[in-house]
Parts: sequence; C-alpha cells; structure tokens
Amino acid sequence: MSTSPDGRTASAPPGGGVIHDIGYRHYEGARLGRAAIVRALYVDSLRGAFGLGRSAKSKVMPFLLLAAIAFPALVVAIVVNVTGQSEFPFELTSYAFLLYIPLSLYVAGQAPASVSRDLRFRVVSLYFSRPLLRQDYVAAKYAALSTAVLGLLALPLVLLGAGGLLAGFPASDTLAQLGQGLVGAAVTAPVMAGTGLLLASVTPRRGLGVAAVIAFFVVVTGVQNALQGLAVTQGRDDLATWTTLAAPISTVDTMIAWLFGTEPTASVVLPDGAQGLAWVAAAAALVVVPYLLLLVRYRTVSVS
Amino acid sequence: MPLIATDALTMRFGSITAVDTLTLDVEPGVVGLVGANGAGKSTLIKILLGLLPATEGRAEVLGLDVRDAGEAIRERVGYMPEHDCLPADTTATEFVVHMARMSGLPATAARERTADVLRHVGLYEERYRSIGGYSTGMRQRVKLAQALVHDPQLVLLDEPTNGLDPAGRDEMLGLIRRVGSDFGISVLVTSHLLGELERICDHVVVVDGGRLLRSSSTADVTAVSGVLVVEVDDRAGDVARLLREGGLDVRPAGRLLEVVLDGEGTFDAVRDAVAGLGLGLVRMERRRHRMAELFEAPREEAHHVDVP
Repeated sequence: MSTSPDGRTASAPPGGGVIHDIGYRHYEGARLGRAAIVRALYVDSLRGAFGLGRSAKSKVMPFLLLAAIAFPALVVAIVVNVTGQSEFPFELTSYAFLLYIPLSLYVAGQAPASVSRDLRFRVVSLYFSRPLLRQDYVAAKYAALSTAVLGLLALPLVLLGAGGLLAGFPASDTLAQLGQGLVGAAVTAPVMAGTGLLLASVTPRRGLGVAAVIAFFVVVTGVQNALQGLAVTQGRDDLATWTTLAAPISTVDTMIAWLFGTEPTASVVLPDGAQGLAWVAAAAALVVVPYLLLLVRYRTVSVS
Repeated sequence: MPLIATDALTMRFGSITAVDTLTLDVEPGVVGLVGANGAGKSTLIKILLGLLPATEGRAEVLGLDVRDAGEAIRERVGYMPEHDCLPADTTATEFVVHMARMSGLPATAARERTADVLRHVGLYEERYRSIGGYSTGMRQRVKLAQALVHDPQLVLLDEPTNGLDPAGRDEMLGLIRRVGSDFGISVLVTSHLLGELERICDHVVVVDGGRLLRSSSTADVTAVSGVLVVEVDDRAGDVARLLREGGLDVRPAGRLLEVVLDGEGTFDAVRDAVAGLGLGLVRMERRRHRMAELFEAPREEAHHVDVP
C-alpha cells in the first residue's frame, strides 16, 4: 500500500479505480524575498503590456500598434536599399515624434490595463497584504510600461539602423545615429509611460482611463502646436522653440536634438546654447514628477 | 508561542476610536472574531497585517511585532478581504498563480500549489473560466485560495460568509474548519454572527465598539452542563410533578423539561417516571451551553457602561 507524504493511504472506492487522497500538503520549497517578487511583478506587467498572459483580445491592439510603429521604419529601410540613397530621409532621433499618435494610443491602451484594473477590482488590497510594499508596486508597474514603450521605439530604430548599414551608409555615422535615437527613446519611454500610468491611476474605470490618456496627449500637443503656430506667424522662431516646452513629446524631441545637435522636428530652430539646459531640466522633471505623484497616489489606496 | 497577542492596542481615527485598549492572547487554532459592523474587526486585521500603525499599544502576530516586522508577517500570513478583490477578466488559475508568485513562490511551485489549493477549496473545471462569470460562492473560494496558496501559518478571513446563501454558508464554514483541522493552518475568522462561528471555532473573541467583550475557548463555553433535557411525547406536566415528588428540581422549558442532575440516579428516576405514566421518552440528554447565552450578559453590561 502506498503512503503519501502526509501519511494517508490510497483507498479504493466502491466504483473501482484508485483515488489517491493525498490530502493537504504543506509547502516546504523556496520562498523568494521582496526583490524577487518585484521582479516577478515587473515581468508579468511587461508581458501584460503586449497582451501576453492575457486574453487573445488584449493582444490585438498592442501588436497592431507595434506594427503601425515599426512598419514605416521597415518601408524606409527597404526604400533606402532599393533606391540607393546615401542617408535617411529623417533624423533617427525624431522617429518617436513622427510616430507620436500610435505611440499615444499604445500608452492609452496599456496604462489603464496595467493599473486601473487592479484599482477597480480592488486587487491592490491583495498585493499590499503581501510582502510587497506600495512603492515596490509603483516601481514595478512604472518600469514595466517604460520598458514596453522603449521596446516599441527600439524595434523600428534597429530596423532603420540595419537598413542603413545594408544600404552602405557610413557605418560609424549610422551607428551613432542609432545610438542617439535609442537615447531619445530611453527618455521618451518613461515620460510617456509615467504620464499614462498617473492618469490611469486616478481613473479606475478602464474606459475612462483610456479616454483620459488619449485626451491628455492630444490636447497638450494641440495647445503646443497652436502656440507654436502663433509664434511662427509673428516671425519669432526663438519663441516658437520655447513653446515646445508645452508638451512632453516636443520637450523631449527638442532636448535630444539640442543634446546631439541634430535637426529638431518639433521646433524650427534649436535652443540657443546653454538655454538647452531648460529642456534637459524639463525632460528630467517629466520623468521624475509623474513617478513621485504615482507614489503619492498609491499611499492613499486602502487595503480593506 | 501565542498566535496573536495584543497589549492595550488602541487605534484612533480623529475622534473615532476603532480599537480601544484591546488586550488579547490567542493560541493557535481556529479563532473567531465576532462583532457588529463597525466594531473594529477590519481595523484590527489591518493592524495585525502591519499595514496600519496603531495609535497606542502593542501587537504581535506569530511572535512578530507588527510595528517592525510587517513584511515578515505578511510573508507568513494569508488575507482574504471582506470586499470583492478579483479581476473579472482572468481565470481562477491564472489569478491564483499570479498571487502565489506575489507571495514569493517560484513559478513552478506557484503552478503546483495553485492546482492543489483550488482543488482543496472545491474549484475544478471552473478554474479555467473567467472569474467574471463566477457565482458569489465560487468567488469566495477563489479569494480563500489566494490566501492559502503560499501555505501560510495563519489566514485572516474577513467575513468569508458574507453574501452567501445558507447552503453556501455551511460549505464555507466547513471549508474553514478543514483549513484549521486538516491543513494545520491557524485561522482568524470574523463574522457578525456568533452562531456560525461557535460551530467551527476553538476560541471566540467578541468585540464591540473596539473593546473586548469576551475572549474564551469554545470548549469551556459549550461544555456539558449539569442540566438534563427531557422530551416526552405527552403530559409533560405530569412527569414534572412526579419528578418533583421524587425530590428533583424540574423546570418546564417550552415542550421540554429541564431536570437538574443529582447523581446517576436522576437518569433512572426520569426513565421510571415516564414509563410509570405509560408515556414515550423522545429525548433525554445533558444540555450543552450555547455561546450566545454566555455573551448576552456581558454585552448588556457593556452597553450599560457606555450610557453616560
């Protein structure tokens, strides 16, 4: 007769066949600490940002938008090879700005999926009654969505870089441009993700969250465009450059262009010399402030 | 080591005192925490989880101080909130696996434990369906499963029978009893109904307005009393008169007679009296105390004290 770990034995019920009533078994295995738990939440949230580990329906939008963002790069990479051009038709640092709309839609879709759901269904109380701290939860969610957006921007940049190298562009120049583009993506990603998460965390209804994030990204850019148009019609290109600080994406675009001396996309002219530091400071604030506000937001979330 | 020990624990929110100088010492087992809504049960649970710093006093869970060992406590404790806390768009399996990982279990262990625990709480084929389509009873089982999945030493269950129909209530209570007896996991279960907790708990703590009314073991309280309950099919009054003539203390209690035990001979006296009158003896048993009757007296006293 076989004996299971807790000492119970297998019994034969009247209907024939053996049911192994193994009873309750205690868990003797490893218990990973807080750091590993945060890592697991980060990985799960990152996978979730592409609909992996979620329903088939939730995979549609992320991959559609990934395709929308990568496809132009693929086309350009092919075209420069076929037509034998000697440089890209645009700066790699401006790719995020050019693909701003699908990028906004992606963040608007995934930020609420990442945090609104936990708030609305009050899953947060289950997280916070575990070893994980509130700031760990915020850090994991922020890092996961930032990584997802970075991946979304890095894929087309790598496609473009590979296309340029294949087309026989000067290798060092192409790699430098690719590097600059990736630095820009690394700043754009937390700015977009942090803003999106913050808005989503104060709109527990997911539909509202999506609308709020889209509205925010569209409205601030609209306002920025209007201000810039006004300055340009006045013939004040310098003022037009200052207006780029009115929206996150144009702030980052101008900052990166100033940093690397590349052609700006959002503005007409580059900030003048040391003035560019204002854009660096603004971009830093756009990375840090949403994160701090998220911490504040989650401090008030109740467990029961 | 006591399961839960508090010393003059007090929690004030502004002018409201949710927990008032509560001193408790509870041994491992199934512990009931009874009190009306707003009696401070949920606040006490939050303090015990190390999530809410108490205004005054001390509290220890599994020998760990809630003030500085919150993380260690939450690693060893499972919590089932009173309110709904399940996302509608995932399956029970996916959800419980995720919560197991959030308790620090490695991926493979999380999957194995999830399969085990969902079976133990009575979820089978349903576990592959979205939680959104579950009944209240099934949702409560998933909530219990996520509290048990990391094999805690103690689970805190906040009103687990809330919203369940009588049959579901019985099943949940049976399940909680099994968690304590078969799984060997200590349980702190809250309810506003004393009656349902007295069936499954080893120890019952009663709070009212944040104050301790009573803390006692169920075994003491429901011990057999010195009263014999006798039920006859007819003419109870005649039986009572006959027994009194034999020198016994008899009180009618509805259709029943309560006979104060006076040695082994009392059983024979009752049998002989009933047989002598040619009646049928339906039932004769030593009465057990019910918890409710013991709590009635102190509850009234407490209310009396509250009146200015």
